[in-house]
Amino acid sequence: MGDLDLVTFLLALLAGAVRVGTPFLFVSLGECLTEKSGRINLGLEGILVAGAMTGYAVAYLSGSAWTGVLAAGGAGLLLGLLHGIVCSLPRVNDIAFGIALMLLGTGLAFFLGKAFIQPQAPMLPSISLGAWSDDGRVRSALNINMLFFIGVALAIFLHWGLRSTRWGLVLRLVGDHSESAQALGYRPLRVRVMATAVGGFLAGVGGSYLSLYYPGSWNEGLSSGQGLMAVALVIFARWQPLNCLWASMVFGAAGAIGPALQSVGISSGYYLYSAAPYILTMAVMLATCRPNRTLTGAPGELSLNR
Amino acid sequence: MPGLPTVLSIISSFALFVLFLAFQGKPAFEALALVFEGAFGSSFAWENTLQRAAPLMLTALCVALPARAGLIIIGGEGALVLGGLAAATLPLWLTGLPPLATLIAMGMVAMLVGGFWIGLNGWLRQKRGLNETIGSLLLSYIAIALFNHLVEGPLRDPSSLNKPSTVGLDYSLMIGMISEDSFRVHWGLVAGIVACVLAYVLVRHSVKGFALDVVGGNVRTARMLGLPVNRLVILTCVLGGAAAGLAGMYEVSAVQGSANASLIVGYGISGILVSFAARHNPLAIIVCATLVGGIEASGSLLQRRLDLPDATTLILQGLLFTNLLAWEALVGRITQWRIRLEEHANKSKGAEVQHG
Repeated sequence: MGDLDLVTFLLALLAGAVRVGTPFLFVSLGECLTEKSGRINLGLEGILVAGAMTGYAVAYLSGSAWTGVLAAGGAGLLLGLLHGIVCSLPRVNDIAFGIALMLLGTGLAFFLGKAFIQPQAPMLPSISLGAWSDDGRVRSALNINMLFFIGVALAIFLHWGLRSTRWGLVLRLVGDHSESAQALGYRPLRVRVMATAVGGFLAGVGGSYLSLYYPGSWNEGLSSGQGLMAVALVIFARWQPLNCLWASMVFGAAGAIGPALQSVGISSGYYLYSAAPYILTMAVMLATCRPNRTLTGAPGELSLNR
Repeated sequence: MPGLPTVLSIISSFALFVLFLAFQGKPAFEALALVFEGAFGSSFAWENTLQRAAPLMLTALCVALPARAGLIIIGGEGALVLGGLAAATLPLWLTGLPPLATLIAMGMVAMLVGGFWIGLNGWLRQKRGLNETIGSLLLSYIAIALFNHLVEGPLRDPSSLNKPSTVGLDYSLMIGMISEDSFRVHWGLVAGIVACVLAYVLVRHSVKGFALDVVGGNVRTARMLGLPVNRLVILTCVLGGAAAGLAGMYEVSAVQGSANASLIVGYGISGILVSFAARHNPLAIIVCATLVGGIEASGSLLQRRLDLPDATTLILQGLLFTNLLAWEALVGRITQWRIRLEEHANKSKGAEVQHG
C-alpha cells in the first residue's frame, strides 16, 4: 500500500466513522438512557428497522425528509412505550421481551414497508465542510449529515442533563436503587416507562438515518444489527452519553474497514472485515468484564449485572 | 395450570392479527383460515409444517437447556450455520467411508462445532464474566461472517454462480424422507423429537437435571452445596449448541444439499420463541415447534392466495411472543389475587368460628 493509498484509506475510514457511526450514536444514546433507568431494551433493533421504514414511508408521502425523521421517532416512541409498560408488569424479563419486540418490530416494518421498496423518498440534507479543499476525497469525507450534528449536541446535552438536572438525578437514582427513589416519593416504574419510550424515540430517529441518508433507501436488509450492538456499545461507553459519541465513531470506523479497504482495491476477506465491529465489542467486553464483579459505572438495577 | 398463558396468548395474538389485517382492509378472517389451512389443513401442509418444525426443535433446545441453568442464550443461529458448514465440508476431506458412516461423522462434527461455539459462550460467562446474552449474539454474528467468508471464498464451489455454495453433497449422502409416498418429512424430525425426549429425561429425571434446577434457581445455594456450577452451566451450553449444530447438519444433508446462504433464515431466532413458549420444557418444545413451524409454513399460501407479504408470519410470531410474556405476568398476578382472596375468605371464616 503506497502513501497515496494510505491517505485514501484513512479518509475513507474517517468518513465511514461519521457516516456509519451516526445511527450507532442515536441508538446508543437511546439505549444509554434506558439502561440508566435500570432496564435493557434489546428490542431497539426492531425499533430501528421500524423507524427506518416509517421514516422512509412518511418522507415519501409527505415529501419532507424531516417529517419522516419525526415520524420515525414517533414510531420508536410507541414501541418503546410498549416495552416500558409490559416490562412494568411483575416478573416480565426485559431481555426476553426485547427479543419479542425485535420480531414484532421487524415484522411490522417488513409488512407495511413492502409498498415502499420501489419509490424514491427525499433524502436528508448534509453540510459540506470540505469546500476549502480541492481534493475530492476530502470533500466527500467532510460531507456530513445534519443528523450527526444533532446527535453530537444531544450527547452533550444528555451528558450535562444526567449530571446536573433534577430529572437526570431522578433517572439515575431509579436505575441505581429504585427503593430509595420510591422512598423519596418518585415512581420508579413511571420513570422507567418514560426513559424506555424516549430511548425508543432516539432509536427510531437512528433508523430514519439509515433509510433517509446512508445507505439511503428502504429494503429488508437495511439494518445489520446496529440495535443489538448498541447494547454492547453502551457497556463499552460505561453508561456515559459523551463516551457513547466516541464509541459510536469507533464502531463506525470498524464497520467501515471493509468498504475502506475496497476503496484502495483490497476486496478479499470482505465478509471477515464486516465482523470487525462484533470482534471489537467482544474484545472490549472481555477486557473489561470480570466474574463476581459488576462493571464500574453500571446502574445497580440493571439485570445485566445480576 | 402451566399451559394457560400459552393458550391465552395464542387466542389474543390471533385476535390482534385479525384486527391488524382488518384495519388495513385486508381479508382478515380469510387470512386466519389460510394460516390454519397452510399449517394443518392437509397432509401436504402437515408435512411442510413438520419439515420446518424439525430444526426449530433443535434450535429451541439451544435456548432451553442453558435456560434451565439460568442463562439466556440467543446465538443458536451461529451454531446452526457453522454446524451445517462443518457437515457440508467434512465429506470433502473424509472420502472412502460408506455413506452411513460418513453421515454419522457429519452429524458428530456438526454437533462438535455447534457445541464448541455455544460452550465457548458458557465458558466466557463463567470464567470471564461476559454477559451470555450479548456474548452469544456477538458470537452468532461472528459465526455468520465467518460462514459467509468461507462459503464465498475458500470453500466456494466454482460452479455455483448465482448462489455461492460449498461443493454439493454426493447423492448417496442425502438423507431421504421418512417415507417417500405417505410421509414426506426428512429424518431430522425424528432427530428433533428424540433430542427433545432425551433432554426431557436429562432435566426432569436425572440427578444432573436436579442439580441444574438448583443452579438455575439460586447459584449461591448451588455453590454452598458444592455443586460444580461452572461445569454444569458449560455442559448445558455444549449440549444446546450440539443440538443447534445438528439442525444445521440436517438442513444441509436433507434439504439444501450444500452449505449456502439459505441456512441463515432465522431458525435460531424462531427457536428462541419456541423455547419461551414452551417455558423451556423440552417436551412442550415439540408441540410449540410444530405450532411455530405451522405458522411459517402457511406463509407461502398467504402470499399466493391473498398477496400478503411473507413478513405476515413474522408479525404473527412477534405478536405471539409479546402476548406470551405479557400473559405470563398477568396470569401470575391473577393467581396471586386468587390466593389473597382465599386467604381473606379463610380469615373471615375463622372469625365466624370465633364468634360462634
